[in-house]
Amino acid sequence: MSAKRKRGVAPYLVLVGLIFMALVWLFPMYVAFINSFKPEKEFVQNGVLALPHHWDLSKFGKFWTEVDFTKKLMNSIQVSVCVALIGVVLSFLTAYAIGIGRVKGRIWILGFFMVAFTIPQEALIYPLYSVSKMLNLYDNIWSIIIIFGVISAGFGTYLLSSVLSTFPEELLEAARIDGASPSRILRSIVLPLVRPTLFVLATMFFIFTWNEFLIPLVMLPSNINQTVTLSMAVTAGQFTSDPTARAAAALIGFMPSVIFFLIFQRTLMRGITLGAVK
Amino acid sequence: MRTKKSQISQSGSYYWYAFPGFGAFFVLVGGSFAYNIYLSFNDWQGIGTPTWIGLKNYQDLLHDHTFWISFLHAFEFIFAMSIVPTAIGLLIAALIYDFIAKHFGNAVSTFLRISLYVPQIIALPVVGILWSWLLSPNVGAINTILRNIGLGKLALNWLGQSSTAMFALSIMMIWIQLGYTIVIFISGMSRLDPYLDEAAQLDGASWFQRFKIITIPQLFPEISVVLLTTTVAALKVFGPVYVMTNGGPGDATQVPAFFSYFNFFSTLKVGYGASIATVLAALLTIIAIGLLRFQRKMGQLR
Repeated sequence: MSAKRKRGVAPYLVLVGLIFMALVWLFPMYVAFINSFKPEKEFVQNGVLALPHHWDLSKFGKFWTEVDFTKKLMNSIQVSVCVALIGVVLSFLTAYAIGIGRVKGRIWILGFFMVAFTIPQEALIYPLYSVSKMLNLYDNIWSIIIIFGVISAGFGTYLLSSVLSTFPEELLEAARIDGASPSRILRSIVLPLVRPTLFVLATMFFIFTWNEFLIPLVMLPSNINQTVTLSMAVTAGQFTSDPTARAAAALIGFMPSVIFFLIFQRTLMRGITLGAVK
Repeated sequence: MRTKKSQISQSGSYYWYAFPGFGAFFVLVGGSFAYNIYLSFNDWQGIGTPTWIGLKNYQDLLHDHTFWISFLHAFEFIFAMSIVPTAIGLLIAALIYDFIAKHFGNAVSTFLRISLYVPQIIALPVVGILWSWLLSPNVGAINTILRNIGLGKLALNWLGQSSTAMFALSIMMIWIQLGYTIVIFISGMSRLDPYLDEAAQLDGASWFQRFKIITIPQLFPEISVVLLTTTVAALKVFGPVYVMTNGGPGDATQVPAFFSYFNFFSTLKVGYGASIATVLAALLTIIAIGLLRFQRKMGQLR
């Protein structure tokens, strides 16, 4: 009764409690934020919690130029966009064969993908590393595009197959009776209807790839090939002598993900819950 | 009948669509894993030819204290990454869904959800920088607050001593994971039929009783998916250890994924690293299949 009765005190207590919790959750970002604008002198004098008196913007520019952040940003965008495209195309084709084509052995294909998801990246990384060296793909940004494109396709196939297996059978039957070939059905019937789901997948692949770092860490040793996330792990560590510059680095590093997330929030949430309910 | 026939005759041509994706995945993931297993039977520094040594790496693992303790820590992370976020996440999701969305509108509940979800979208190296600002022993935010409120005695070197390093990492993992569980559970609640809840409400059941007896059992599918995925993630954990502690101090936060990485690229004991990764992969597969079976059984019992 209590929850719906006029209102009472309970909802307000819950509200205050949850807002407090949200602020605690945002606190690490707040600390990095105020310290990234704080001149180092003030940090030494007034400590970590004090607000800056003088808002110093210089560290952002300094970090940006010193690590050539524009280049890292371009690398990350290139990798994430290509992976999203490759992943979506491959998973759509495979899921089409499984969900619409109902090819024999589809249970085994899906089972293989399932087992593969439990394999940790550490059990793949050394072979990937040594084979990419043999193929002259080591320290080449395309090595991680191929790897993440293919791995994403496994995950995407799994999600999309279940979506496509619920595709209205009447539509397909009608098209088949009219003599439409599989490629015609794919282009004219299935693709237009699942386009929104493909967009959800692309968004997920984009942000997952953006945040990956074990495989880039191993595969891309050169400074010039680093992604944003990798540069946070490697380059930001070189700024340990000036902790406020590290805060500025962190802020620059997570701005792209936050902006992307705020724009595509709904799309991404749909993808994440799609993955869970299946 | 006619359509069925044509479907069968066409199903062969559908194979070509599965070929690029499945073929590439099979070669890349299956091939790499097979190669990793092969390497685990060898002694190799990464250059020259590997020397076949049979099961020796696995025999060495049995006597390696670090190996056992790394698996113990991985299981401890199940608490911080799976069990605790699931339990708290259920409660918070229900509070947001039942109280906030109903009384204060969507804007407030969206703000809460986004704030709690943000740690999920920040890359781990950035998380590492953020948390080093909190946990640093002398200038960190947590110890500064503790000193300011007169609890200076509790201002410990959180990551620098074995006794607190796992605890500090676990708190960070809860911070990261909670948003994921909340988002899944809220979306699960929106599919529930409100009828049961309203009936119980009319019968005078308190909010917590309804949460326990009506909401939680109905969310069984979401709870089991979350427990499965987060348990697998906990056993695989690498990034947080890499960015925060490198497994230290000593072996205090060592985990299997980091231990194998360390053998691959720091001590160049490639075969040994491969054997750790193989054991981890086998364990994960067994646990995932076990959990899936258990869930299916529970699902039938309901």
